[in-house]
Amino acid sequence: MRLGELVATLGLEALVPGEPDREVTGGYAADLLSDVMAHARQGNVWVTIQTHRNVVAVASLLSLAAVIMAGGYRPDAETMAKAAEEGVPVYATAESTFLVAGRLYELGLR
Amino acid sequence: MVLHFEVRGGDFAAAGEASSRLKAVLRQLGLEANLIRRVAIATYEAEMNVVIHAYHGRIEARIAPAAVEVAVTDEGPGIPDIELAMQEGYSTAPEAIREMGFGAGMGLPNMKRCADELRVESQVGVGTSVYMRFSLPGTAKEDRGEDR
Repeated sequence: MRLGELVATLGLEALVPGEPDREVTGGYAADLLSDVMAHARQGNVWVTIQTHRNVVAVASLLSLAAVIMAGGYRPDAETMAKAAEEGVPVYATAESTFLVAGRLYELGLR
Repeated sequence: MVLHFEVRGGDFAAAGEASSRLKAVLRQLGLEANLIRRVAIATYEAEMNVVIHAYHGRIEARIAPAAVEVAVTDEGPGIPDIELAMQEGYSTAPEAIREMGFGAGMGLPNMKRCADELRVESQVGVGTSVYMRFSLPGTAKEDRGEDR
């Protein structure tokens, strides 16, 4: 699945937009950074309620396709600047992590 | 090739930069993607341990034909019981840091999982040193993902 299609289907708000053609290989949902480091894979979208800039470092190191900040949590300006600098796409939604993960699963992501 | 990075304890704003820079160099050198991923994850965990627990640290990365070696040495409180610290879920991180998603007690286990060799030495009140070796190119450790 392509990132652009995923973003449109879920109605995500683009805070730092990514390439619509970027291939999304799957998804991971967690708020523990070490758990994400251990289990998320390249090209995954990461659903989390963490919003600080270390999220960007983790996403960048793992070459994730995008970070989805769920539950209405929003990053500060510094985090967004860092994400733009590192080329890490960031999206926001008011929906909970549970709902976002469910919708991603329905779209066929694993 | 030998690279040096400085890491400041408590500097969460810069945390992860050393690992990112190391990863970028390994990519430029064209090392195998899965190896880069393992080095990046393990170095990030070691870097975060310095940021979370220590006052100051330095990372030395040696890139040689046979292996990538990463040594992380810090001045800090040290680890009284390394065996205990190696257990998944054991953490001494303060509450505020746990709320950021750190301090889950997975750092050292993640390093062990990613590295082909891990040595941790520590002296209470002085500091800790972590040595990791990643063999090239035949990756001894299986990994679930791939990197670009």
